Amino acid sequence: MKLLEPDQWVAVWLTLRVGAIAVCGALPVALLLAWLLARPRLPGRPLLDAAVHLPMVLPPVVTGWLLLLLFGVQGPLGALLWRLFHARLVFTTAGAALATAVMTLPLMVRTIRLSLEAIDPGLLQAAAGLGAGGLDRFVTVTLPLAAPGVLAAAAIGYAASLGEFGAVITFAANIPGRTQTLPLAIYSALQEPGGEAVAARLAGVSLLLALGGLMVSELLLRRLRW
Amino acid sequence: MTLDLALRHRFPTGRTLDLAVSAPLPGIVGLFGPSGAGKSTLVAALCGLFRPDWSEIRVDGRVLSGPGIWLPPERRRIGMVFQDSRLFPHLSVAANLRYGARRARGVPAGGLPGFDEVVALLGLQALLTRRTRALSGGERQRVAIGRALLSRPLLLAMDEPLSGLDAARRAEILPYLARLRDRLRLPILYVTHALDEAMRLCDTLALIEDGRCTGCGPIAAILAGAGMAGRADAQALLDGRVTAHDPQRGLSRVEAGGFALLVPLCAQAVGSAMRLGVPAREVILLAGESPPPVTSAQNVLPARVREIRPLDGAGLASVVLEPDGEGAGPVILARITADSVQRLGLRPGVGVLALVKSVSIMVPGRGGA
Repeated sequence: MKLLEPDQWVAVWLTLRVGAIAVCGALPVALLLAWLLARPRLPGRPLLDAAVHLPMVLPPVVTGWLLLLLFGVQGPLGALLWRLFHARLVFTTAGAALATAVMTLPLMVRTIRLSLEAIDPGLLQAAAGLGAGGLDRFVTVTLPLAAPGVLAAAAIGYAASLGEFGAVITFAANIPGRTQTLPLAIYSALQEPGGEAVAARLAGVSLLLALGGLMVSELLLRRLRW
Repeated sequence: MTLDLALRHRFPTGRTLDLAVSAPLPGIVGLFGPSGAGKSTLVAALCGLFRPDWSEIRVDGRVLSGPGIWLPPERRRIGMVFQDSRLFPHLSVAANLRYGARRARGVPAGGLPGFDEVVALLGLQALLTRRTRALSGGERQRVAIGRALLSRPLLLAMDEPLSGLDAARRAEILPYLARLRDRLRLPILYVTHALDEAMRLCDTLALIEDGRCTGCGPIAAILAGAGMAGRADAQALLDGRVTAHDPQRGLSRVEAGGFALLVPLCAQAVGSAMRLGVPAREVILLAGESPPPVTSAQNVLPARVREIRPLDGAGLASVVLEPDGEGAGPVILARITADSVQRLGLRPGVGVLALVKSVSIMVPGRGGA
């Protein structure tokens, strides 16, 4: 008995790809935001904090719709992308990755920020006293000490990205082979009469992936603590 | 060469600092005072970690801060050693040591020791490949000192480097610090609230109290001054030289200014410098010129009263004694009751005999001093 049909494997593969793109794209942004939010004297910090956490508390459909407004062909950013690169995000794999990235960003920022805030500021003072400038300190002290948190954030973000539904379906639609990730494929299977068996198998794969991601992130957090 | 530190600052809590310290370099400049007096703030300002409302900081004429000038810490070349050592946990001991050295490559060595020399000086050979987590408190501080030295600083700033350690660990590190002072001509600013550390190491002492500097000068003069007289552990500091050993009697002779003192036999070679502490409350005074009765005190010093300072409210007085027949020079202190001052008829110019037990004299490596 075959576990999945070829077109279902396509959905699994697409999910993994979308997650990878989303995490790779979101990680530097999350690092920057976490670094900004970890500075206690940053002006406008509460506002930025709220904005970063918005996708976590908004209904995902609303997030997807806001992305549609921004990045749609008529939207300000979407029009700009079209004019500059002739690129379009709506209804594309890249679009699915963008929606996924936005949804997982708060989780990643939180994880990274915790590890940044755990760094003794005295170590950065010591580095400065030894002649290290700001960027030097960030690269040689802050980053290595936050590395376990950053890696864990990537793993948690990846695990979470595999389950994104609302924002993806709203912004990138449900196009098999292009934007139909696992959750969307499960949803589609459930819409068809007699699709429960397929849905169950897809759900099983989804469960395994999510568990794997969580375990990796937990291992990273435990093993890599300095 | 001088170190000039001056700052004024008002904290949001209303507390104010108004400090000015000036000291000759090279040498060890001690900042001495109770916790919370402003010592650490002064060091942080020197290092560029804290920016006061107003400050003028110069090391050997180099302006670190002044009107319109505020160098960031990474450009000050002040080697910092903190109480909590602040070693990088993600680096090995060797990598910690090299962190500052790698960033000071363009800086002239200026007589400062290289990597191997620092490792030897601080006894770090066995630690090089270790992770910093596995080090004891004393080892951590030695690594921190080495790391700061290798960054080729103009001055080493040590903020209570020993106060996180127990007595045994402190006794382990103090000789290393004394070695640094004797081998290198590197100026050191040393913050402490422990009198014995200051006495062991410092050349200049600044007394910091409640955000003010209440006295600054050569350590012997500051310790003998009015600012310290009220302390129960007040003592006179004598910088002398070992002039003879008498192994049979188990004594060594140390001469400092006009005083010649017998101390318990020490290991230092004849001719080497030795710093002694004479606790004021251990000194007994005899009036008159007559020879003293037979006494267990090894030192019976002819002296003259230079000054008598009543200690307010305690019924006590601090008597400043100079060697008989010598003018301005080192002095010893006697902490006695005001009643004794009356009974002995003490006043400036009167001759006395000062009895000092050898075992009460603080000698390096013994009794904590």
